[in-house]
Amino acid sequence: MEHSSLQAKTLLGGFEAPAIQSAHAFRGIMQAMARPGKIFDIEGAEPPAPLSAAAGCVLLTLCDTDTPVYLAGAADTPAIRAWLAFHTGAPLVGRSECMFALGSWRDLAPLSSYPIGTSQYPDRSATLIVESAELTPNGPMLTGPGIKDSAQLSLPDIAAFQDNHALFPLGLDFIFTCANRLAALPRTTEVSECMSQ
Amino acid sequence: MSEYNFAYLDEQTKRMIRRAILKGLAIPGYQVPFASREMPMPYGWGTGGVQVSAAILTPDDRFKVIDQGADDTTNAVSIRSFFERTANVATTTATEDASVIQTRHRIPEDTLTEDQVLVYQVPIPEPLRFLEPRESETRKMHSLEEYGLMHVKLYEDISRHGHIATSYAYPVKVEGRYVMDPSPIPKFDNPKLDDMAAIQLFGAGREQRIYALPPYTQVVSLDFDDHPFEASKADQICGLCGAADSYLDEVIVDDAGGRMFCCSDTDYCSRRRAAGHQGPAFPGSEVAA
Amino acid sequence: MYVAVKGGERAIENAHAWLAEERRGDSNIAELSVAQIREQMKLAVDRVMAEGSLYDPDLAALAIKQSRGDLIEAIFLIRAYRTTLPRFGTSKPIDTGAMACDRRISATFKDLPGGQVLGPTFDYTHRLLDFKLAADGEVPEAASRPPMSGEVPHVTEFLNREGLIEEAQPEDTPPPDLTREPLEMPANRALRLQALTRSDEGFTLGLAYSTQRGYARNHAFVGELRIGTVSVEMDIPELGFSVEIGEVTVTECETVNQFKGSKTEPPQFTRGYGLVFGQSERKAISMALVDRALRWEELGEDNVGAPAQDTEFVLYHADNIQATGFLEHIKLPHYVDFQSELELVRKLRREAGVSQMQEAAE
Repeated sequence: MEHSSLQAKTLLGGFEAPAIQSAHAFRGIMQAMARPGKIFDIEGAEPPAPLSAAAGCVLLTLCDTDTPVYLAGAADTPAIRAWLAFHTGAPLVGRSECMFALGSWRDLAPLSSYPIGTSQYPDRSATLIVESAELTPNGPMLTGPGIKDSAQLSLPDIAAFQDNHALFPLGLDFIFTCANRLAALPRTTEVSECMSQ
Repeated sequence: MSEYNFAYLDEQTKRMIRRAILKGLAIPGYQVPFASREMPMPYGWGTGGVQVSAAILTPDDRFKVIDQGADDTTNAVSIRSFFERTANVATTTATEDASVIQTRHRIPEDTLTEDQVLVYQVPIPEPLRFLEPRESETRKMHSLEEYGLMHVKLYEDISRHGHIATSYAYPVKVEGRYVMDPSPIPKFDNPKLDDMAAIQLFGAGREQRIYALPPYTQVVSLDFDDHPFEASKADQICGLCGAADSYLDEVIVDDAGGRMFCCSDTDYCSRRRAAGHQGPAFPGSEVAA
Repeated sequence: MYVAVKGGERAIENAHAWLAEERRGDSNIAELSVAQIREQMKLAVDRVMAEGSLYDPDLAALAIKQSRGDLIEAIFLIRAYRTTLPRFGTSKPIDTGAMACDRRISATFKDLPGGQVLGPTFDYTHRLLDFKLAADGEVPEAASRPPMSGEVPHVTEFLNREGLIEEAQPEDTPPPDLTREPLEMPANRALRLQALTRSDEGFTLGLAYSTQRGYARNHAFVGELRIGTVSVEMDIPELGFSVEIGEVTVTECETVNQFKGSKTEPPQFTRGYGLVFGQSERKAISMALVDRALRWEELGEDNVGAPAQDTEFVLYHADNIQATGFLEHIKLPHYVDFQSELELVRKLRREAGVSQMQEAAE
């Protein structure tokens, strides 16, 4: 009984019209990566708990058999594994070999073991999908490409992102997901304590 | 075309291109290798731009295609009808109505907005290619930020001609890091690259490279203190609409070699004329010689 | 008054209609069927399949018909179609040792197990136009004999037994896929061979010929050339065994090349390898020569700066679909960049004129 309900959940929750829904989802992800800190709505996926709809959309839109994925901590459940396998075919790997990693900020740490690219191929770096309890335009200050003047985002840390930015052009890129919303933080973004209250 | 997927490309190919676009945005000006596919139009005819557009278009978009600034050049017409058929996407010639603009060799005259994406067709993405033909070498040069060769080339121009003799595909430096080829746009368009509100995506199909400029990215045309970059155009006004601020094409109008100048951005020009602006080529005026 | 050129759409439609008419030619002459092309233009079909990287004689024949016999255009049609096909899986490597050979010759041995089989070759035809074909293509039936059975050993295996030729070590790592990953340098041999097998026949021939004339000469003997059909098998995980999914005709060429030996290797022969879809022996031999030339580094040879030794040069320019696209794109409008060049040249000439006049005045 339990087995069959797991199977049913595995088959559900993907895009009903993959070409169209992934096109919409990608536009949101692209806008987010191009405009760090800005929060976008994204919808269409219903992955197994505890995954957010937004994280599900990102996985369905970007992952397939060519993208090794690392599931961190609470994101590594049989239901999520089965769902990811069925809908994307992405191979599961350890953090040092992954192209995408998924989990809470705490479960994803430490950041030092993810691929950050090479000097000739800085694009060969991991993208971390960070499941977040909140996602609001408050918190540390962001500046850099994609940001007119400055932006604010409820980031889980400051120093980690400063260290990551210091690696530029190498480094990790982050997508923060919460319910049906997402925001992104590429390696180019400078993060600092927000002075104004 | 119903046997083909939405926007022609299969989903796996789109995902591969989409991943490359995201890395491109995360590393502005860096050329991300991607496994370009054979498209139903020839390499060199915009296959890179077409693949990028296919990966980003949604059915809600309004798509504009320009070649040399014009919506009605044959290759622009061909690419526009390709997406009308394969993505069932609405099209427009009005710059301000377009959400995605694919271009070859120009940036529209109108200031683009945050709601727009500009997709460039790129023939040779590597700005160092004509100085060093080997990809293995140029990749090394980018990784080491070794751009001396480019400065030597520009400086040789100055010593020979008194000017930098590059008038299009004029190299730029992005956020102080990567030297980038802006595609063969006239250098008149270079200042528009800087701090643009729209997302700029560059696709080179045959050369298998995608690169990007997020909005509000610093893009500086390479130059020297004593020879600052200068965005130049013909020292004329548009014969049709009288614009003095737009990039002009030169047209030969008669057997005697009579010439006139007119806006290369056909949408800009026609809107100005619709608003009542008239250039010297209109009846009653002299054709600009 | 100048009016900007409009009506691009109509011009394109009209051009396409005219093209279709030209393709058909005089409608009083019977139309070619795809089957006729497939059966009677077989070597053209084979070339389109090889360089199109798609084994489908009917589609290749259709492409030849549609392209009015322009084979590069036909290859382009096949490539563009191929890229839309879903990929169900990967076959097992074909076993050319188990080939049912139509032709099998060795230039290095007078006779050998399995025998020399001349097969359907132009080699010893006298190139005299056969005017009978203009009137009537009927041919007398050729003599036949029962097919040879069993494996046909590769010639290089005989040399291998004596240690006279380099070992070709079995390699289990999956080769990179040129059609799914961007070409990256340095390219390993598997990737180079992939690029060469779909490379333009003329370009590859020219490069191979240049090695024979001294631009990185590697003194090749055709150890063996064989043409025939091999079965294609695929592992079906659900079944737990492999099944034959069809058969393909291929041409395989192994060259035996000179090698002086190096500090670590005793003198021995080395190998060049060519494998092409269909009956395409000019291409297979060319491929083997270029493959061998590109191996200079792993064999510890000198790079003499010959084009055929230059992996980047060869691989980035061997694909005729890339090459013809970029070459022909220069007929697209370039008036915007040309205009910027016009302005620049005028400006430079103006200033040069001024300075000449100044010099003359001084």
